[in-house]
Amino acid sequence: MNGIHDMGGMHGMGPLEYEENEPVFHEPWEAKSFALNLAMRAWLKWNIDSGRHAIEVLPPDEYLRMSYYEKWIARLEGLLVSGGLVTSHEIATGKSDPRVKKMSPVFTAEVAKQRLRGGSPVSRVVGRTGRFAEDDIVRARNIHPVGHTRLPRYARGKTGRIVRDHGIFVFPDTNAHGLGENPQHVYSVRFAARELWGESASPRDAVYIDLWDEYLEPART
Amino acid sequence: MAHDHDHDRQAVPSDPALRTKALESLLVEKGLVDPAALDTLIDAFEHSIGPRNGARVVARAWVDPLYKQRLLTDASAAIGELGYSGTQGEHMAVVENTPAVHNLIVCTLCSCYPWPVLGLPPVWYKSSAYRSRAVIDPRGLLEEFGVHVNEDVEVRVWDSTAELRYLVLPERPAGTNHLTEEELATLVTRDSMIGVGKLA
Repeated sequence: MNGIHDMGGMHGMGPLEYEENEPVFHEPWEAKSFALNLAMRAWLKWNIDSGRHAIEVLPPDEYLRMSYYEKWIARLEGLLVSGGLVTSHEIATGKSDPRVKKMSPVFTAEVAKQRLRGGSPVSRVVGRTGRFAEDDIVRARNIHPVGHTRLPRYARGKTGRIVRDHGIFVFPDTNAHGLGENPQHVYSVRFAARELWGESASPRDAVYIDLWDEYLEPART
Repeated sequence: MAHDHDHDRQAVPSDPALRTKALESLLVEKGLVDPAALDTLIDAFEHSIGPRNGARVVARAWVDPLYKQRLLTDASAAIGELGYSGTQGEHMAVVENTPAVHNLIVCTLCSCYPWPVLGLPPVWYKSSAYRSRAVIDPRGLLEEFGVHVNEDVEVRVWDSTAELRYLVLPERPAGTNHLTEEELATLVTRDSMIGVGKLA
């Protein structure tokens, strides 16, 4: 979706605010917001892509107003309701519905330790045949999906060169919406800064973007 | 349905601390969350997972050319050799700064960051200001970090749009030949591994 989250190249987002010796979390609730989001993923009611999309669909004014971990809490509430784990009434009242049987947590401290070490790889062995190879000249397609996508607006319609084939990965545009993993190749594509931003950009510089096969089409040099 | 949802939301506390506390209590009460698991996660990111890990990777690459070669070709495996792996570091890529190339890491779409080697990202990395500017004005942005990149040096910006997580291998500072690997690791800053800091 052409949302506020897709902000590469936007102007007017204010000055950079750098904090020396920044703590990992500024407040205990931030730590809880972070940990709750990780822990609740274990119920498998959403995946990394639908989880990202749940932040993108926050209203743009809210997205800009909220702090990072506020967005995570808002996102989690939405996912819990859409995933059927909690009702919006329960969130509003803070009280669990007594008619619903109490569950037993699947994400224990032991599982947490294993997950932190092992992660959740999203590479796949088998997928669609890759259409491109190193040094191929490609164009990022001029598409505007209304759902989740990882093709940033600033790259659409622009021409670049494949510098690396990263292998096969789950495709976010379908995986975010329960439409399957649709695994396909991801390439590192080099775009000259001037191709993206015009004459005012440095003739030397470049932006490298990781793009799925389906985001690309062949282009002539 | 949407209307009911909006109506219910009126009662949700606007203060994020209260809102988080209310949600945590509800999830514990429903048996959906184990408080000990939350503590485990928070403790890990506050005390063991952070930029010291990445600094050890960088120092090893500086003293061991074969390790550096493995790091640049198969970063996940090479980083795994030092015991760092897991969530948001499943698929790693390392890019090397040289006298001719300066690398900068960003995630314009959200906040992707290599957790096992750098920990959780600082607020500025997740900010609209950084995410919007890094790709269109990297040199201007770097000046704000106090990093000047000469015109004859190429700036490469890496936008973390997929599941690859990037780490910059900064240049080894001059005059450090006498230092041990452990001493070298203490010189490596978080910012240098994102590409917004230079090492003295």
